[in-house]
Amino acid sequence: MIQIDEVHKSFGKLEVLKGITCRIAPREVVCVIGPSGSGKSTLLRCVNQLESVQSGHIFIDGQEITSPHTDINKVRQQVGMVFQLFNLFPHKNTLENITLAPMKIKGLTVQKAEEIAYDLLRKVGLLDKAKVFPGQLSGGQKQRVAIARALAMQPKVMLFDEPTSALDPEMVGEVLEVMKDLAHEGMTMMVVTHEMGFAREVGHRVLFMDEGVIVEEGKPAQIFDNPHNARTQSFLSKVL
Amino acid sequence: MQLIFGNSMIDYLMSINGLQVVSSHIVYFLGGALLTLEITTLSVLFGLILGLMTGLAKMTKNPILFGISTAYIDFFRGTPLFVQILLLYFGILPLFMDAGPFLAAVIVCSLNCGAYTAEIVRAGIQAVDRGQMEAARSLGMNTRQAMTYVILPQAFKIVIPPLLNEFIAVLKDTSLVATISAEELTLRGKLLYSTYYEAAWIWGTVAIMYFIMTKVLALLGDYVERRLATE
Repeated sequence: MIQIDEVHKSFGKLEVLKGITCRIAPREVVCVIGPSGSGKSTLLRCVNQLESVQSGHIFIDGQEITSPHTDINKVRQQVGMVFQLFNLFPHKNTLENITLAPMKIKGLTVQKAEEIAYDLLRKVGLLDKAKVFPGQLSGGQKQRVAIARALAMQPKVMLFDEPTSALDPEMVGEVLEVMKDLAHEGMTMMVVTHEMGFAREVGHRVLFMDEGVIVEEGKPAQIFDNPHNARTQSFLSKVL
Repeated sequence: MQLIFGNSMIDYLMSINGLQVVSSHIVYFLGGALLTLEITTLSVLFGLILGLMTGLAKMTKNPILFGISTAYIDFFRGTPLFVQILLLYFGILPLFMDAGPFLAAVIVCSLNCGAYTAEIVRAGIQAVDRGQMEAARSLGMNTRQAMTYVILPQAFKIVIPPLLNEFIAVLKDTSLVATISAEELTLRGKLLYSTYYEAAWIWGTVAIMYFIMTKVLALLGDYVERRLATE
């Protein structure tokens, strides 16, 4: 579903991604872990071209998104993204946050878009918050709305950029719960996270990144219980 | 009146020359104020459109649009409005058209207002969190859709206070067009003064009228701001 080939990315002189290659199969949940500054968020942002790459290729569902001939807006409609800081639209209420893109981009009617939105709100457990503005929601609720907003475009892939890092500890669970449901429904997911418990329980595969390269990858059990690489071992000994 | 003040009080008030001049010319003052409002409204309207366009143009990567908008903003912010009025009315507009004082006043004030508004618009757009654009784009919106539905509505809320400031400034600055004989409030004050020499009464009335107009504008801004509050 996602194919990343030899991707290099620099910010000025600083090379953040030093030749990343990986594949993510349909319905697979891949968690990307690693110390901050390792390039994991940048990699995720390259996958929907919020960051351009210097060299290398990225394909989504067989379509090369790094090619200048690709209509990136079309591709992004298939790739949902959830941000660390939610980025809900503060001037729109919960329902409007979710219906905006389907109505304006796909041209759905209000009725149809709201039908989808209410279904999603039920799914994330926020049916009673439809008419509330983001400013009145807790962090956990905001992130669940953000997930619903991304899902409203009916994407094939979901990208999560540290979705629980900005949350109070007691709200992490409710967001992970929603993500877990999504994984069980068979959504293809790429999750940059510091939640090792989630990566171990829900992830099919874990990538450990450090200094712009994928140092080690494997099944969660192998990475967490029996890491081969010294850098992986040292990182995990600090966070577990 | 007679019961409250007594005859002598009325007689006293009637004997004040300045009060007589002002009260007998109140319609004349109001007419001037109306023209001030007309020039202001039109200038603010065109200034807003102009400011939005040049503000956006200054943020594009297109070097031609960037160059034109920067030159325009620099000129109108970098020279006094008084000089701009004289230059355009006497020097430049006659080359293109036969513009009367009113039209010239609206053109100059619009251009001046547009330059300041452009910078306000740009600051407002840049004050919207970067994540908003990223969120909109990640959903598949193109830049124009993201601007229209996500960025500009939020920028609009941010720019209301500085924009209001600018509109109040325009209203007061229209007094400068008195110099090209557009018969707005200040010029009418000047004409009355040259006949009656009641400086305190005449200029006091003019000041109060400007104050009432700017106050109403400020209240209107407060109202809009409250209406748009979501938190």
